[in-house]
Amino acid sequence: MSGMLKNALGWVDDRFPLTKVWNEHLAEYYAPKNFNWMYYFGSLAILVLINQIVTGIFLTINYKPDAKLAFDSVEYIMRDVEWGWLIRYMHSTGASAFFVVVYLHMFRGLVYGSFKKPRELVWIFGMIIYVALMAEAFMGYLLPWGQMSYWGAQVIVSLFGAIPYVGEDLALWLRGDYVISDATLNRFFAFHVIAIPLVLVILVFMHIVALHAVGSNNPEGIEIKKHKDDKGVPLDGIPFHPYYTVKDLVGVAVFLFIFALIIFYMPEMGGYFLEHANFVPADPLKTPEHIAPVWYFTPFYAILRAVPDKFLGVVAMAAAIIILFVLPWLDRGVNKSIRYRGPIFKAAIVAFCISFIGLGYFGMQPVTPVGTWFSRFFSIVYFAFFLLMPFYSNIGQDKHVPERVEEK
Amino acid sequence: MKKITIALFVLFSSQLFAAGGGVALESARIDLNDKASLQRGAKYFVNYCLSCHSAKQLRYSRMATDLEIPPELVELNLMFTGEKIFDGMTISMRPEDAVRWFGVNPPDLSLIARSRGSDWLYTYLKSFYVDESRPFGVNNILFPKVGMPHVLADLQGLQKAVYKDVELEDGSVRTVIDHLEISEPGRMSVEEYDEAMNDLVNFLTYMGEPAQLERQKLGWKVLVFILIMLLVFYFLKKEFWKDIH
Repeated sequence: MSGMLKNALGWVDDRFPLTKVWNEHLAEYYAPKNFNWMYYFGSLAILVLINQIVTGIFLTINYKPDAKLAFDSVEYIMRDVEWGWLIRYMHSTGASAFFVVVYLHMFRGLVYGSFKKPRELVWIFGMIIYVALMAEAFMGYLLPWGQMSYWGAQVIVSLFGAIPYVGEDLALWLRGDYVISDATLNRFFAFHVIAIPLVLVILVFMHIVALHAVGSNNPEGIEIKKHKDDKGVPLDGIPFHPYYTVKDLVGVAVFLFIFALIIFYMPEMGGYFLEHANFVPADPLKTPEHIAPVWYFTPFYAILRAVPDKFLGVVAMAAAIIILFVLPWLDRGVNKSIRYRGPIFKAAIVAFCISFIGLGYFGMQPVTPVGTWFSRFFSIVYFAFFLLMPFYSNIGQDKHVPERVEEK
Repeated sequence: MKKITIALFVLFSSQLFAAGGGVALESARIDLNDKASLQRGAKYFVNYCLSCHSAKQLRYSRMATDLEIPPELVELNLMFTGEKIFDGMTISMRPEDAVRWFGVNPPDLSLIARSRGSDWLYTYLKSFYVDESRPFGVNNILFPKVGMPHVLADLQGLQKAVYKDVELEDGSVRTVIDHLEISEPGRMSVEEYDEAMNDLVNFLTYMGEPAQLERQKLGWKVLVFILIMLLVFYFLKKEFWKDIH
């Protein structure tokens, strides 16, 4: 480094811990050397978050949060704003990409036991991020003011009305009106562009701080901090920078390739990322016969519809999300990684994945008797996976976990 | 009619469009690089659709540029109501009047290809048949009890329904429409009309998203760039990781 730059850095370091932060979180943050491809999704989630914030700012410049103008202002962006179509598709595809990446990130944590002691808070901060992300996506979906925006919001907000005693007042308070209206659009806009993004960024910061305090897990579920050299560096750890920064760039390029492929050649993704009905302006007088949320909400929507009683359905849907928070205390297995866990746990994971995807599928379909029975069956499997976990998770843990990450 | 409209709102994927009305959809051949087809489609659109339906999101000037029609020709041949070339394709019929005359306000067609799908539109335009019980004397097999008259009848002529009996599961017999056939020829043969409707749907598809012309041209360049980037990153990673084992 040239002398002048060094002096400048020294000047800053005397006043702000720049080098210290850089070292603690990148150059001297030791991550296990055996991360596989499933470890790309954390950095990809940050990439998508940045994409959403940057494209969101540009969209906000031209979007009008007004029930009379909103739909046309989106078309104005699509047609008249220079590169507006690209920015809009980056944002709409980014929303779905965010959930793809986050679901895979959570799945990674689930199978390698990354939520287990001492990483319970990393998991809980992550779960709060997930809930905030759902709120962000839900409110953002109202903004284009299409038929599905409008009626989707109408259905979801009316769910709050099912809560005994306070429900109707609560729904009214959320909407700011008796139906979804201009007042609702304005407040959802405020939450979508300021309140929730702010919360998300703070939570991501806490998620990473918590992770860097306890250290990263790995596919073997070995605690690398147990074996350190005389300088206190884990023997199986390597500095995050440059090793994982360059490795994550490969993941970034693969992700961007798929992302660009969708943006340029299938931005609607056959109606899954941009629903066909949402190209019709919102009409409060025409209720669509079948209202389906976007794909990333459909597993929970299927659980809601599987329960015959509306209020109990809402309770089940909320419980399906809340139960994820206590996962670290439900799993009593000693070994972390699925590689060293018994066949019952592995089978349970497979059953859970099938039911989650199955729920997602039936949540998109119009209600049919067969679909409802499948949804009920999958809902039971979903809850059984968690509720029975204290009983089955410690069976068949006799496999020996190696002390060190093996040479390969 | 509203119910059918609503039923169609529900469909997500283009494959599922086929379920609307229980009529199998015919596929339109969409080719946005066929400028001649788009130009013919624009001609049919302004002549047959644009007096009742607006397309307010599409500016005449944008159409002129994208379809490679000189602006003077657009002003001369495709604009009838004294708008400026940079205006959107609006109409002078007021929504209140439309409801009084047609029972429904004809929807703006700017995004119709994105909400309905091109195959649906193509099939719809070919599915009118004579039905004296309807106010305008025509009905549509894809969109039963449609409020729209068959404005393209002078091109297509009139079709009549040919019925057949089908036996239901419970043994009762029901008469349903088997197919449509021309009962009164129009100015075009069946093939010419199909071709014309394909041009019109091609134009409607363009109108739904004019940026798609640019999008598809740019896309592969971006993808090639990312692939090169991927190669660079891959070798960078390999180089850095040489000493890790």
